[in-house]
Amino acid sequence: MDLTNEQLLDMYVTMNKIRTFENRVAELFADGKIPGFVHLYVGEEAVATGVCASLTDQDYITSTHRGHGHLIAKGGDIKLMMAELFGKKTGYCKGKGGSMHIADLNLGIMGANGIVGGGPPLASGAALACQYLGNDGVAVCFFGDGASNQGTTHEAMNLATCWKLPVVFVNENNMYGISSCTLNSMCVPNIADRAAAYDMPGVVVDGNDVIAVCEAAAEGISRARQGKGPSLIECKTYRHRGHFEGDPCAYREDSELEEWKEKDPIPRLEQKLMEIELLTDAKINEIKSGLQKDMADAEQFAEESPFPDVSELTEDVYT
Amino acid sequence: MPNMNFAQALNDAHKVEMERDANIYVAGEDVGVYGGIFGVTAGLLDQFGDKRVKDTPITESAIVGTAVGAATAGLRPVIELMFVDFIGVALDQLYNQAAKMKYMFGGKAKIPMVLRMTCGAGIGAAAQHSQCLEAMFMHLPGLKVVMPSTPNDAKGLLIEAIRDDNPVVFLEHKMLYALEGEVAEGDFTIPFGQADIKREGQDVTIVATANMVHTALSAAEKLAADGISAEVVDPRTLYPLDEEGIIQSVKKTHRLVIVHEEVKFAGSGAEIAAIVAEKAFDYLDAPILRVAAPFCPVPFSQPLEQAFIPSEEEIIDAVKKVME
Repeated sequence: MDLTNEQLLDMYVTMNKIRTFENRVAELFADGKIPGFVHLYVGEEAVATGVCASLTDQDYITSTHRGHGHLIAKGGDIKLMMAELFGKKTGYCKGKGGSMHIADLNLGIMGANGIVGGGPPLASGAALACQYLGNDGVAVCFFGDGASNQGTTHEAMNLATCWKLPVVFVNENNMYGISSCTLNSMCVPNIADRAAAYDMPGVVVDGNDVIAVCEAAAEGISRARQGKGPSLIECKTYRHRGHFEGDPCAYREDSELEEWKEKDPIPRLEQKLMEIELLTDAKINEIKSGLQKDMADAEQFAEESPFPDVSELTEDVYT
Repeated sequence: MPNMNFAQALNDAHKVEMERDANIYVAGEDVGVYGGIFGVTAGLLDQFGDKRVKDTPITESAIVGTAVGAATAGLRPVIELMFVDFIGVALDQLYNQAAKMKYMFGGKAKIPMVLRMTCGAGIGAAAQHSQCLEAMFMHLPGLKVVMPSTPNDAKGLLIEAIRDDNPVVFLEHKMLYALEGEVAEGDFTIPFGQADIKREGQDVTIVATANMVHTALSAAEKLAADGISAEVVDPRTLYPLDEEGIIQSVKKTHRLVIVHEEVKFAGSGAEIAAIVAEKAFDYLDAPILRVAAPFCPVPFSQPLEQAFIPSEEEIIDAVKKVME
C-alpha cells in the first residue's frame, strides 16, 4: 500500500494529537479537574490512527472504555471531548456521559463503552444497517484483549459472518485486562487465531507500527466495502499508563514497560518520516506547539464552560 | 371489525407497519421459516423476503445488540427473543446499551426498536420459560414497557411501539395468543400511557395486566352476582404508566386491588400501590391489596403451577376483604 506524504503526515499529527490530549488529561485528572475514571490510550495511538485513516464520516466505529484515541482518530472535536471530561454542559454529551460514553453520531462514533464486550454487537448492528441501506458504509469494532473473551464478542462475530456484514473487528491486545494478563486469560497465542472459528480472515499486526496497522485495516475495510464480509485484525500493543489513572500497576514489571517504550509508535513513525525528509526538527516543533495550543484552547473552553443545570438531570432519557 | 386471535392481531400489526416503512426489519430465532414458535411472524418471510425477515442463530445478545446498533444507524428493528426468560443472556445490550444510550450521549441518539417476548405461566413450561418480569424492565429508565391483554390492544400497541423512537419492551402473555376478539382493520395506534377500563364499576378498582385482566373480569362477573360492582382497569403500558387514569378510578371506588402474575414482592403492583398511596391516600377506604404470584420460581407440576397463578377466587377474596 502506497501512502501519500499527506497521509503519512496526517497520521503523525493524529498520533501526536492523541498523545498530547492524553498526557494533558493525566495532569488534569491528577489536579482533580477531571472526576471519575479515565483510561488513557498512551502507547496505543497507532491502532486507532492506522485504522481510521481508511474510514469516512459515513462509516461507524464502536469504541471501548479506553476511547479517547478512537474519537480523535475518527475526527472528534477535542474541545467537546475535554468539556465532556470536565462534566460541562458544552461537552459532547452535555456532561451526562463522561470519558466512558463520548459519542458523535454525525461522525459515525457510536460511543465509547463502559462495558467490556459491549461494543461488538453494536458494531455488527451498524454494519447491518449499512448493508441493508446499501450505502457503502462499514463498521469498525475496536475491542480489547479482555473483550475478546466475552460471549458478546463471539456472538457478534458469528452473526457478522453468517450475514456477511461489512464489519472489521480490530482487537487492541495490550496484554492486560486491568491486572489479568493474556498469558492467563487465553489459551491460544493470538486472538486473531480465533478468526478461523468464523471462517473469516484473521491477521496479527504490530500495533505499534502505524503503517502496518493502516495496511491491514485498509485491506479489511476494503473487503467489507466490497461485500465480502467481516475480518479480524489483532494489533499487538501496550498501554504505557495503568488501566485507569491511579492504577499503581503492581502486576507488571517496570522492565516490561521500558521494553515497550522502546517500541513507542510515535518516535518510530517520526524517525521514518525524518529519514525520507518529510519531517524536520523545525516541522516537528511546529506540529507539537500547534497541538499544545489546541490543547490549551480545549482546556480553556472546558474550564470556562458552565456545568449543566440541575434541571437537566432527567432530560434526554426518552425521545 | 374482523375477528382474529391475539397472535394474528400481532401478525397483522407487523404487516401493516412493514408495508408502510421499508426500514423495518424483523429478526429472531425461528421468526422466518417457522413463522415464530407461537405463529406471530407467520407469512412475513414469504411476503417481505429474507432481507427484512431474518432467522438468527441462537444468539440473544447479538439479536438485541445488532438491533441497537442498527437502530442507531437508521433502521427500525422489531426483534423477537422468544421467551422473556432468555433476556438474562442478553440483558447488557438492553439495559446498559439500548436503554442508556440516549441519555449517556446527551440526547443525541435515537434507538427506535421493539423487543418482543412471550411471558407467563400456564402451559407447564416450568421455571425458565414461564416468568413474568415486567417489574424488572419498569425499573430501567430509557425503556418503555407494554403488556397488552386483548387482540385489538395488541395490534394498536404494537404499531405504536414500532413507531416509537425509544426501545420498547413488548410483553406477550402466552396464554393470550389464542384469545379471539374484534380487531380494528388496517392502520391504527393506541397511545402509550392510556389505561383502558375493561369493565366499569363503582365499588372497587381492580388493576390487572395481561392474562390477569381476563381472570379479573370473570371475578368481577361473579362479584356482580354478590352485589359488588368492580371496575377492571388495564394499564396496558407499565411505562409510561397512566397514573392519572388509575387514580381517577380509585377516587371513584375508594378501594384498590392490584392483580398480576409476576411475583408479588417488588412486582409492578408494588409501584402502583405506592403511587396510589402517595397521591390518593385520602380517597382510600381500605388498605390496598395485591393478588400476585408467591415468591418462588414457576413450578412445572400442574397443581403447583395452577396454585402459583393468581386465581379468580383469590381476587374475589381480596375484593371482599377490602369491601368489609
